[in-house]
Formats: sequence, C-alpha cells, structure tokens
Amino acid sequence: MASISGNEQSNNLEASDKERWASLIGGSAMVLLGLRQRSLRGVLTAIAGSGLIYQGAMKKSTIAQAQEAIGVNQTIKVEKTVTINKPADELYRFWHNFENLPRFMKHLKSVTVLDNQKSHWVANAPLGSSVEWDAYILEDRENEFISWASAEDADVDNSGFIRFTKAPGDRGTEVKVVLEYNPPGGVLASVVAKLFGEEPEQQIGDDLRRFKMLMEAGEIATTEGQPKGG
Amino acid sequence: MKAVCWHSANDVRVETVPDPKIINPRDAVIKITSTAICGSDLHIYGGYIPTVQSGDIIGHEFMGEVVEVGSGVSNLKIGDRVVVPSMIGCGNCHYCQHDMWSLCDNSNQNGWMEEKLFGNITSAIYGYSHTFGGYAGGQAEYVRVPFADVGVIKVPKDLPDEKLLFISDAIPTGYMGAELCDIQPGDIVAVWGCGAVGQFAMISAYMMGAEKVIGIDRFPERLEMAKKYAKAEVINYEEVDAGEALKEMTGGRGPDACIDAVGLEAHGVGFEDFYDQTKQKLRLETDRPHVLRQMMVACRKGGTLSIMGVYGGFVDKMPFGAAFNKGLTLRMGQMHGQKYMHKLLQLIVEGKLDPSFVVSHQLPLEQAPHGYHIFQQKQDNCVKVVLKP
Repeated sequence: MASISGNEQSNNLEASDKERWASLIGGSAMVLLGLRQRSLRGVLTAIAGSGLIYQGAMKKSTIAQAQEAIGVNQTIKVEKTVTINKPADELYRFWHNFENLPRFMKHLKSVTVLDNQKSHWVANAPLGSSVEWDAYILEDRENEFISWASAEDADVDNSGFIRFTKAPGDRGTEVKVVLEYNPPGGVLASVVAKLFGEEPEQQIGDDLRRFKMLMEAGEIATTEGQPKGG
Repeated sequence: MKAVCWHSANDVRVETVPDPKIINPRDAVIKITSTAICGSDLHIYGGYIPTVQSGDIIGHEFMGEVVEVGSGVSNLKIGDRVVVPSMIGCGNCHYCQHDMWSLCDNSNQNGWMEEKLFGNITSAIYGYSHTFGGYAGGQAEYVRVPFADVGVIKVPKDLPDEKLLFISDAIPTGYMGAELCDIQPGDIVAVWGCGAVGQFAMISAYMMGAEKVIGIDRFPERLEMAKKYAKAEVINYEEVDAGEALKEMTGGRGPDACIDAVGLEAHGVGFEDFYDQTKQKLRLETDRPHVLRQMMVACRKGGTLSIMGVYGGFVDKMPFGAAFNKGLTLRMGQMHGQKYMHKLLQLIVEGKLDPSFVVSHQLPLEQAPHGYHIFQQKQDNCVKVVLKP
C-alpha cells in the first residue's frame, strides 16, 4: 500500500508510546495504516534508541512551512510484502550488505558501506544525473529487522525498514519493506517523484520481486536483448 | 534467423530477425527442428490476447538441439536433443518445488501486469504476450530457453520429432485435464473439443481407467480421429443437442467428469452464440464461455469440471446456480509441463503412446501464415500444423 500525506514531524514520542510503535513496526501486517499521519522516520528513530536525534524535525524553516501550506511538500510512503522461499538469515545477510541493493533496485546506481552504521547512496535521477545522500542504520536485529534513515542534511530525506518473519508452513520468509521519502520541494521534489514514477508502490513491488528472483532463482528474469521482428 | 512475428489480428509474418543469445546464466539456446501451432496460438492470431506487441515472435510448442548453454547450466551439453515445456518455471520457488510449474513466482518479469489483472503472478509462457513475460517464442530457427537446467527434457535420438514434439504442451495439457478429473472405475468422461489437446485428454482418461470417453466437436475429421485413435464415442453438436445426447449416453445421469479442451473462442449454436460473439467483438466480454456453460448443466451431480482450454479475462452469463446446487468441483489451470514430461516420454519410448496421429499438416516455417490461416478456418481438414525451420 502507498499513501501520501502531509509532512508531519513526530520524533518526540513519550516513553509510553514507544512500546506501541515498536510493536506496530515489529509485528503489524499493515504498518502504514497504523502509522497514519506519523512520520516513519520519527517513529523509527524514537524506538531505535540509537542516540541519533533528528534535530531537523523540530525546526521547520519558513519555506518548509510555506511548502506545507500549499501542499508542495509531500511525503511518499510505501509498504510492500513478499514471501521468499529462503530462510531469514540468508535474506538478512544479503540485504544487510547495502552494496547488494543496486542489483535489484532499479533506481539505485550504487551504495557504498562506509562503516557499520554509515553508508553512501547514489540514485539515478532524470537526464543522466544523480542524487546522493548518506544514511545511517538506526536499528539492526540479526535475521529480523534493519531500519535506516538518511543523514540530516541529505538532499533526499528518506527512511525505511525491512522486516523478516518466518512464513507459515514451509514457505520460507515473509519480507516486509516500508519506505518514506520526504522530498524537500522545488527541483528535488520532482527528482524524487521521477525516481518513483507515477506509482511508487509498483516500483517498490518490482524491486522486491527482483530481490525474490535473485535469492530464489539466482538470477533476475529479463528479456532485454532478445530478438524481435520489425 | 527466420521467425514467425505477430503484427495484428490475423497478420503473422515470417521475418529475418537477430539470432537469440545467452542473456542469463541459466539460459540455453536451442536450434529448433520442429515447432507446432497450438490452438491457443489462434487466440493470439485472432487478436484476443492483449499485450502482444507488433513484431513479437510467437509459438510455445517446440523442440530441437542445444547449441549454446549459459554458465549456470551444467546438465546440458551442445548437441543434446531436447523438448521444451511451454510454461517457464524457475524450479526454485515454492510453486515449482511443489510441481506447480505454471504458477512459478519468478519467471514472469512483467508480474505487475498480471498482478493487476489476476491478483497474483503466474509463470511466463513462450511467445504468449507481455502479460505472460514477453519471452520470444519458438516458431523460429532458434530460441532462447531461460532456466534451461530445469526447463527442458532430453529425448532419445532414435525417435522422430512427431512422436516427441507434443510433450512440450498438447500431451501434458490433455493428460493433466484427465488427471484433474480424479477418474474412478466406471466413470464416464466427456471431452469438449477434439483437437490435439482433446485427443490426448481422451486417451489419458482411458489410461487412467475411465469406463467410457465421449468426444464433442463439430468437425467430422476430428470426430473420426477421436473414434479411431482415442476409441471415444462422439457427438457432433451441430447435428444433435450435446446436452441431451450426453444424458442419453450416460443413463440420464450426465458425465462424471467434463473436460474443456476448447477455451475462450468456443462456438455455440443459436442465440447464445450470437450473444457471445457480439459481446466479444464489442470487447464487452473477453472470452466466449459456451463450453463452460454447457459443462455446468451437462455434468452429473457431484461431478468434476476440468478446464484446460485457455481463458484470459472475463466471462458472463454463467449458470453458476447449476454448478452450486449440483455440488460440482471445478478444477483448472495451465498445465505443469515439467511435472509430466518424464512420465510422458516414458510412455512414448515404451510405445504405449504415439501422438503423431494428430499431425495433419507439415509445412516449412516460411509457410507459417498459410498454416495459421488453414488452422483457424479449419480448411483442408486441418487439425495440427507442424512447422519445419
């Protein structure tokens, strides 16, 4: 499911809320529904307790407030789940090396892991250009859960998590990805919009399907380069 | 190479296109020695299957010789003679591992199209529209076979192509149609459509212990074939009311199981046929479900409908009350070729099954447009066309 909502910041959670949010993120079938207008970034940051405080959330610039008022500054939220016929540890290990992600996420050009928390992301942008940002791992539970968020000064403010849950029967692992992008407006807003096309949900769905193909079949189905008549 | 390319409804052309090459590690390239036109290719030919693009190479029944293998294929070597099942399966997903190859999760790269239409993704099919993966088909001199390590069967060199070719699609489709009927001793099985799939469904039903098999069609040459090779009793539905005839031939009960070997371009009679033809032409209904309707009414109480003829979209005016109140079991689906191919090859090698009788025409690949035309128009007693590249 995908939703677009106003950019409300909310990292100043009460301690009593944290448990509720942790259970939503860690176990709910429909996270975005539970999240409603809350920012994913704020909730992930708060429950991670990683010491990273997202100061920017509290101080909105005049421009940002104006953008919000006229509806320019919109958040893209996407939630997708796929079942993969592999054990969680194998999937977790592959995903945890973020440098693998461009192999199946079409909009990514490269990811460079800088240390065990920080990585540098480069995404394809329209007209052959690219956008870059640094991201930090917020929370990392082996074989279960990874959450991350872009650095405060990133051009493309984004955050997300992936969750691995054993599927019932012998079906492998249920993999849920939830992403949030907060385009800052102006030129970059259109860049982010183009990264995800008309239907961000479909693009993330395709990315997850390619992840599944790679993990199960060892290669990604394609017909690029096959013959065709005139 | 030369290949059969679709351009628009009733317009296929043999064109010169680039040779296929290895794209993924698990690919192989096959030099085709025989390739057939399937009844379901006529749905494409007639323009009833959406997302076929002008220039697409079609065809999903083919066999030949391995000429190139990818780095991930260790069980095939150049020169191996192989038959290729029409449904493309990865062999690794939950469905393939449970022998439901036509429900493969991973072979269809255009899954989003199917997900919108069907709610889920099924396997890709060679040369059968972009909704089903957009893979180039096998009515050509060469074809790229993805997941070749699990997607072909090696066949002996001492049997002619005509005995082996139909392991690709027509025989397993008919065989699975009979298998889905869960045939018990004493059962009478009625098969709508006496084309290649119908013939193999009838033969398979007898192999599985049916007491009597009844074939239904309107073309005398196909009914003759059903009598001669499948040992079936037959009904020409243009001469008698098929429903009434079935009642009389089954002691008033109706058949225990009914197999649809026709699909979305069924022909009926009278007003009902006019209704479906008109709606389909106006694109108000994608499929003409005449056979389905008749099976629901004809089948005995508590019986089984086995649907192997291809449907692609929406049907209407179904007598669902008949199906419900009679407690019918509906089973259906694209066949799982990789599940059946070894068993079928064994039957052929042992001489228990000789499928070559269905071939009515053998033509050079260049004459594919003529082959499509006579098969569609049922001219010259055309039952099955095999093309030789």
